[in-house]
Amino acid sequence: MSDVMTPTPPKVDAPAADSGARRLWSGVARWETGLLVVLFGVLIFGAAESSVFLTSSTLFFMGINIGYIAIMALPMTFVVMTGEIDLSVASMLGLSGAVVGDLWHHGWGIWPAFGVALLVGLAGGALNGLLVARFGLPSIAVTIGTLTLFRGLAEILLGSVTVPGIGDRLFPVSLTNIGVLPVGGTELSWSLLIFLILAMVFGVVLHATPLGRSMVAIGLQPEAAEFAGIRVTRIKFGLFVLSGLLSAFAGILLTLQNSSVSYNAGVGLELNVVAIALFGGVSIFGGRGTILGVVLSVAIIGSLQMALTQMQVQPEKQNIITGILLLLSVVIPNGGEVIGRLRARVRRGRSRSAA
Amino acid sequence: MSTRTVEPAADVDKPRTSRLVDLLRAREAGIGLLIVVLVGLTSLDNHHFLSANSIQQLLSGAALIALLGVGETLVIVTRNVDLSVGSVLGLSAYIVGDLFKHEHIPAWSGFLIAMTVGAGIGAVNGFITTVMRVPSLVVTLAMLYIVRGIDGVIVNGHIVNPTAIPHSFTAVGYQNLLGVPWLFIIVAGVVVVAAYAMRSYRASRDLYAIGSNPAAAALIGIPATRRVFAAFVISGTLAGLAGALFLALNAQVDNSAGQGYELQVIAAVVVGGVAIFGGSGTVVGAALGAVLLHTIQQALVALRISAFWNGAIAGGLLLAAIAFDRWLTLRNARKLASAEGAHRNV
Repeated sequence: MSDVMTPTPPKVDAPAADSGARRLWSGVARWETGLLVVLFGVLIFGAAESSVFLTSSTLFFMGINIGYIAIMALPMTFVVMTGEIDLSVASMLGLSGAVVGDLWHHGWGIWPAFGVALLVGLAGGALNGLLVARFGLPSIAVTIGTLTLFRGLAEILLGSVTVPGIGDRLFPVSLTNIGVLPVGGTELSWSLLIFLILAMVFGVVLHATPLGRSMVAIGLQPEAAEFAGIRVTRIKFGLFVLSGLLSAFAGILLTLQNSSVSYNAGVGLELNVVAIALFGGVSIFGGRGTILGVVLSVAIIGSLQMALTQMQVQPEKQNIITGILLLLSVVIPNGGEVIGRLRARVRRGRSRSAA
Repeated sequence: MSTRTVEPAADVDKPRTSRLVDLLRAREAGIGLLIVVLVGLTSLDNHHFLSANSIQQLLSGAALIALLGVGETLVIVTRNVDLSVGSVLGLSAYIVGDLFKHEHIPAWSGFLIAMTVGAGIGAVNGFITTVMRVPSLVVTLAMLYIVRGIDGVIVNGHIVNPTAIPHSFTAVGYQNLLGVPWLFIIVAGVVVVAAYAMRSYRASRDLYAIGSNPAAAALIGIPATRRVFAAFVISGTLAGLAGALFLALNAQVDNSAGQGYELQVIAAVVVGGVAIFGGSGTVVGAALGAVLLHTIQQALVALRISAFWNGAIAGGLLLAAIAFDRWLTLRNARKLASAEGAHRNV
């Protein structure tokens, strides 16, 4: 994956500076700190511009809108961390929903249908993992292939019908309630709560276990990781399986939230998922990123969306803002270096004209 | 520097193979053959598939993705990627449509304006990627959103209807020259020019060098910044042209034009044998990849197989193409290694 991008070498953190002040500054100047400031900015902006922004329903609807996408962003973070990418997540979400819908239509119980959908997620993820990790094929190409394949399978299963259609049973109300009612005693939607719990698990795994550190090592230098005894193939395979599984799970959540499913649920969401991870500071070259950053990224994008929607800003303009944020998130960290380069060029030019 | 990894291995200690064998070995020939077989088999079942009308539809339908594939090839060959092409197509199509509706501009200027819009966005992509040194995947992903967003703001829920568009403009979309659709002629022209340039010009060979080994390319003095920038501008320009052709073909446009095309284009390019890691592949292959994917779509319709199978088959084919490429590379690497071994023993 890292080969697809520009020839820039992956950025390695500068060696720890000696002076305490500088160390403090480099701690404060982290990407996550920046995101935190942006988040506060968004919250103040939302509160100032919309009278209903600081109400509990904002949090609930934000969860409904972004929770299931955010869940897919967690395994995506791990995958990108190791220098790969999984573009098939949204198609797997659609396929999983289609499996549930098709089985439900044919009289299955809801829980067995969920079980099969999750198995499909595992199998789809294993296919990606096999092709990428085992056969060494480029993940960006492989997962565009499975993106088309999974969505195609969803289309074969459901065609143009929506389940439940006329004559079908409705999905159990106790489950579809997750689309209209928050978790008891809170204002969180179920999808957002699940995301937060998963985020904690993912955070611990990434930052505090040998497995997580192995992922970072793979992303920074796959060959060195291999020589250091890290099972690169197995870890990458596992991450793609995990990505398939959680995408299938997100598909089940979305199906229940909407109380219905059609084959094209979530078309195009793969790029939103990638954008969330990248905006959260995960390097597309692999080896750099934190779960905290991804959580903040979800919070910023989610609350900004809510604020803009409440201000009745067109969704199109929201697209522009998302794009600009994403662009800034990669341009700003590079800004210092670019200015330095330009300065050096000007200096060279001057000394040449002087000579 | 060679476009195909096959050649060095084959040349090591074998006498030069005949041109015919080279031709048959080329990826383009394989895809061409696949298209012919597919069309042949389909027409056995449904002889309308070989009718002039059906072939014309086939060529027109594949033209847009093929055109986008040419620009995408230039970018991917340099080890970059352009995800913004679908949005650029949509924006330029609507701007031209809107100008027809309100300003009544002449038909020919529609093409120029569309290409200018595309070139502008391509320049932004190229500038940020090369000067700011930001990974192109992120830049063009962001531009995908920004450009689509600008499109949405301009469109603002409106739609440009066929009545607003000059007949001489839409004629490009449905009229034929001696039985060949104009759309196909224009795109084929672009493909031929690009193919010649990519084979014969120094600057375009530089693109391959940058993609196969950026560090080595820099060492031998190739101006990578300028070349990659140019590749993005060309990709944008062709996406703009595709926008004008989209408008001519459909005679109407709203803010969903070209949505999701970016991944279709990359799929076609990869099926066409362009390596996603850069350094190898041809525009002819990319264009044929687009034709193949579209032929499958049409064949399903002709065979009265549910169109729902389309995605699954296209996805399977894409995976097969990637796996095939990998197998080819490994085989050649082995051949090369054994050839080197043989030399050493002598």
